[in-house]
Amino acid sequence: MLEIRHLVKHFGPLKAVDDISFAVPRGEVLGFLGPNGAGKSTTMKMITGFLAPTAGTAIVCGNDIATRPIAAKRCIGYLPEGAPAYPDMTPADFLNFIGHIRGFAGSEAKRRIARVVEMIRITEVLHQPIETLSKGFKRRVGVAQALLHDPAVLILDEPTDGLDPNQKYEMRKIITAMQPEKAIIISTHLLEEVEAVCSRAIIIAHGRILADGTPAELAERSRHHNAVRLGVVSGADAQVRAELARLPGVAAVEAVSDSEGEALMIFPDGRRPVVTNVADLARAHGWEVTALRVERGRLDDVFREITSQPPGSAPVAATA
Amino acid sequence: MRNTLTIFRRELAGYFATPLAYVFIVIFLVMAGVLTFFLGNFFERGQADLQPFFSLQPWLYLVLIPALSMRLWAEERKSGTIELFLTLPIRMTEAVIGKFLAAWCFAGIALALTFPFWITVNVLGRPDNGVILASYIGSWLMAGALFAVGACVSAMTKNQVIAFVVTAALAFVFIAAGSSVVLGMLQGWAPEWLIRAVTQMSFLGHFGAITRGVIDFRDVFYFLSIMIAFLGANAILVDLEKAE
Repeated sequence: MLEIRHLVKHFGPLKAVDDISFAVPRGEVLGFLGPNGAGKSTTMKMITGFLAPTAGTAIVCGNDIATRPIAAKRCIGYLPEGAPAYPDMTPADFLNFIGHIRGFAGSEAKRRIARVVEMIRITEVLHQPIETLSKGFKRRVGVAQALLHDPAVLILDEPTDGLDPNQKYEMRKIITAMQPEKAIIISTHLLEEVEAVCSRAIIIAHGRILADGTPAELAERSRHHNAVRLGVVSGADAQVRAELARLPGVAAVEAVSDSEGEALMIFPDGRRPVVTNVADLARAHGWEVTALRVERGRLDDVFREITSQPPGSAPVAATA
Repeated sequence: MRNTLTIFRRELAGYFATPLAYVFIVIFLVMAGVLTFFLGNFFERGQADLQPFFSLQPWLYLVLIPALSMRLWAEERKSGTIELFLTLPIRMTEAVIGKFLAAWCFAGIALALTFPFWITVNVLGRPDNGVILASYIGSWLMAGALFAVGACVSAMTKNQVIAFVVTAALAFVFIAAGSSVVLGMLQGWAPEWLIRAVTQMSFLGHFGAITRGVIDFRDVFYFLSIMIAFLGANAILVDLEKAE
């Protein structure tokens, strides 16, 4: 569906995007993650033909965006950064305009507009000027516009930005529903969103891909992967901590205090499972256990760890 | 072609979606009246023609057309809609021509609404309506050339005020190229061919020729070539500058 080949973009001396390649097949929702200024939007702008790359290209549905831009743009639905739309127009006029440009007329155009309006739930604001709409509605008008022609490739730059939690949930449901027949890229800085909708995540920083894998695979790189959260009534007891630290396979024991309460976090050596050892030890000593849970790993840890490396350091090998 | 028409319709509707169009048209008509009847000594001349109306029109355009053309591309860049617009499956030429035609058509509407002047002279006397028709066509061509210059300048910046000022300055140079102000600056040091070339560039010269009632192919060609040249530059500039 979509293939990105060695994309490079320089803005003067700044390498905004530095040799990025990946492919997105049908049925994949790719989450594009990275700190602000990492090159996410620039990459999307090149894929959609807005910016000409310094080197490399993108192939959309078999059409090279550089040599066959019109054919490539026909099969892309794109929500640009900030969901721009003509402020003087109403969503109805705006969707009509986009529909015309996309080649729909008459009842076909009406049917398609009705479909996206229903799907994205913008019926109530259909005849208000876009400049008077709330941020959430503006964003949804932008998404509706991208879906009008039922594109094979969908590129959404921060589709849930400005939406309230219910609207975010709705938007994610819409994305998940479309997943089987489309290749989808979304950029986001919400890690929970990646876990909720993405079948694959790419982390980029300083214009380079630093990690590429399923959200679960990425989470496995977290120091929290296979860590054991243990709540013990005498949790602050130094004795308990010392016993745990002596267990084979345990690298460190830390006291944590968060929204779930106080507990001990037991970090294993090399992220190998240690929960059985911990459970056995607790039983042997007759500790009063209030909670015992194996952590899957935290995407935000991985994100922070990967993206806070200085530019130019070797990228982490991709876990396919 | 279809896309050009779609863009044209959206743009033209855009003028009327805000008070912009109405404010512009009212001011244009009032100013045209003031210039014609007071500065142009319409009655004192005792002639039934629209010569005062047309001869002062370039100066009216000098102020009003940059005010319309400044937003053509600068606004799209400022609001980010240019990214939406240019990632639609359209050609750059369709985008540039669609926008330009909407602006030019709008100028045509404003110009057509000056018909009371035409009625007035026909009531007062027996003017040469052929000359008046030629003058209207000439005026519209000149407006088109100024819009093309303005569209091109607007593509270079996202700041509409800069677009206005630069367009007005360029418009002055084009309009007044044949006048003593511009020629005076050249005389004494510039070679003869340059002075002659600059004189040939004058909108006033070509427009003046048309308002005498003769639609010469060369004058029409001149305005059309200015439009094509600046719209071509416009397309290139949009492509170059959109990234920033």
